[in-house]
Amino acid sequence: MIGIEHYLVVSSILFVMGVLGIFLNRKNVIIILMAIELILLAVNLNLVAFSAFLGDLTGQVFAMFVLTVAAGEAAIGLAILVIYFRGRGTIAVDDVNRMKG
Amino acid sequence: MIASAALVIFSRNPVHSVLWLILAFFNAAGLMVLVGAEFIAMLLVIVYVGAVAVLFLFVVMMLDIDFAELRAGFMNNLPLGLLLAIILICELVLGLGAMRAGSVQLGSDIANATPDTVPNIEAMGQLLYSKYLFLFEAAGLILVVSMVGAIVLTNRRRGGTKPQRISDQVKRRPEDATRNESPEVGKGVSL
Repeated sequence: MIGIEHYLVVSSILFVMGVLGIFLNRKNVIIILMAIELILLAVNLNLVAFSAFLGDLTGQVFAMFVLTVAAGEAAIGLAILVIYFRGRGTIAVDDVNRMKG
Repeated sequence: MIASAALVIFSRNPVHSVLWLILAFFNAAGLMVLVGAEFIAMLLVIVYVGAVAVLFLFVVMMLDIDFAELRAGFMNNLPLGLLLAIILICELVLGLGAMRAGSVQLGSDIANATPDTVPNIEAMGQLLYSKYLFLFEAAGLILVVSMVGAIVLTNRRRGGTKPQRISDQVKRRPEDATRNESPEVGKGVSL
């Protein structure tokens, strides 16, 4: 029988994969954005698992809002990436210091 | 699913990464269907596989980048990243063990109980359009703002093009554009 623990284990491994992806591909913004998508997917899986096993629909509603925000974030992030590439000709992020923040 | 997630971050070609990401999303949607959340699963397939993954694919293919150069620091970051990943997974598994041991109580108060009679999609719709109506509209507002933001960021005026000036076209009246002439025979019209 598949219980809630199995879902939680899978989603926590997915989450750690996303964090690891951010750490490993520190130069490539596209891979970093994909890793963020993986993290959000893990969160959604967690919410849906809890919602289903506790018999409470609120988790699924919340998962839908997380999905909305993730879609908007991906669109804005890729737009920023495109204009950054237009200005610089590269997308290496370890030397983003033009603004001297 | 875990393997495809691993291949997302380890594959050399970003196009392959995007394709593995799509496979990971499909697997997650399958898991959600298994647990009975059809609405979220279908939303995941439509929104992510249909829109976001295609967006990623577009951007990866549109920007021609030397990806081998971007992977230069990969091996340097590997030990620290693996160490952090192992620490994080240990913490998560410890939390899970604490839950199994019974020190964490779940589900003491249920806000919106899952109804038995109606299917999942119908129940979600009833909840979204009644109790969470304003949140739902706020989500629509977020999508509009992100769409406008993306268009404003990536739109640029090119020199040398002849765009349509809609305000001038709307402002134009028949009196400005036409006039009545009654020319004599054999004289013609002067423009």
